[in-house]
Amino acid sequence: MAEKRIRVIVAKPGLDGHDRGAKVVARALRDAGFEVIYTGLRQTPEQIVEAALSEDVNVVALSLLSGAHNTLFPKIVELLKAKGMGDVLVIGGGVIPDADIPGLKEAGVAAVFTPGTPTGDIVKFINENVK
Amino acid sequence: MDLVKELFEGSRLALARSITAVENEYDNAIDIMKAIYPKTGNARILGITGAPGAGKSTLTDKVVKHYLDQGKKIGIVAIDPTSPFSGGAILGDRIRMNDLTLNENVFIRSMGTRGSLGGLSKKTADVVKLMDAFGMDLVIVETVGVGQSEVDIVKNADTTLVVLVPGLGDDIQAIKAGILEIGDVFAINKADRDGVDRLNVEIEMMLDLDSREVQWRPPIKRTIASKDQGVDELIEALDEHFEYLEDSGELVARRAERTRDEMIAMINEQIGRYVAEKVVNSDEFNQQVAAVNERINDPYTVVSNVMTSVLK
Repeated sequence: MAEKRIRVIVAKPGLDGHDRGAKVVARALRDAGFEVIYTGLRQTPEQIVEAALSEDVNVVALSLLSGAHNTLFPKIVELLKAKGMGDVLVIGGGVIPDADIPGLKEAGVAAVFTPGTPTGDIVKFINENVK
Repeated sequence: MDLVKELFEGSRLALARSITAVENEYDNAIDIMKAIYPKTGNARILGITGAPGAGKSTLTDKVVKHYLDQGKKIGIVAIDPTSPFSGGAILGDRIRMNDLTLNENVFIRSMGTRGSLGGLSKKTADVVKLMDAFGMDLVIVETVGVGQSEVDIVKNADTTLVVLVPGLGDDIQAIKAGILEIGDVFAINKADRDGVDRLNVEIEMMLDLDSREVQWRPPIKRTIASKDQGVDELIEALDEHFEYLEDSGELVARRAERTRDEMIAMINEQIGRYVAEKVVNSDEFNQQVAAVNERINDPYTVVSNVMTSVLK
């Protein structure tokens, strides 16, 4: 009777205070049947990774609009690996220039969803890629 | 088992993964619980409940900080409702507790209710046990206090704190919700709002009307959690209640009753599972349903026969 439920942490690293996008995504993921742990604004990578660990999530979804994604996203991927959570799917979203996406993917971010992405695409990606 | 060994050695990841195994009923869940059971029974368990928006998470955050100052290790199980439509949930209690995330003496885990028939109270109790075995001095279960499953969760606690706020309704609401039966300590949070005195009087009156013969009169404390006001007094009341439980022998009695309730619930669950798998999923049962539906037979005879065959 194992009842696996995909758990996603939706987190906002860094200093920008705009969380409407993150909330829209959180709601869409909830409606897709996921358990969404929402941690609120201005989280450090350490806080996000510790929350991801305690909550034993399958996915870390990061939203960032401040421009610090090239620093913060890879940091979070690294910290997850260091904590034995290398199997967690990391995805990102927000105002991220196309030119930065290949570098982020190389750093271990599985996918980047920029503004305009239908939320259904994110749900589909998670369903197809969570091990 | 490696996972349990790592849990005993203090691995937070092992604790997190054990909780997942238990919550999702993975194949190794029972073995984990068997292995950790001997190390349970040491933590003090505090239930915190109250209406949505009463300030439970914020108050929990403050209460935890006060206990951390005393050098305690604390586990928090934060429960939020699962959507009955999608099965998903937004678990947002951590937002109020972000300061605690990086404290190595705190472990916070969010849980969705996942439908009240899914045995939430048992799983919550198991998660509490995992944190207990991990070495927590105090485990706090925080949940919205409406509905049967949440009241059941409170049965897992040694002390139950009910958080109320002024202005949510009249005294009839308090009787309706049944919260007075479960509260060992009451906090009137957001006590800088209008209506505090009236709410205080109403709770006192309700407590006066309590017909059960008990030694403990639940105290009512006023708090403003967001400003950390009244929390010291609240902690005192919580500690007094626990001392009362210990001194009166009620702690031993409550825990014995809990063990008994848990075992009965486990037996019921196993029987239910057996019936669901072996009886309900059979052609024979479907034919019997059809026969009853066409009034060829009656359900009372059929069920009685089913029970006879199950209990053979």
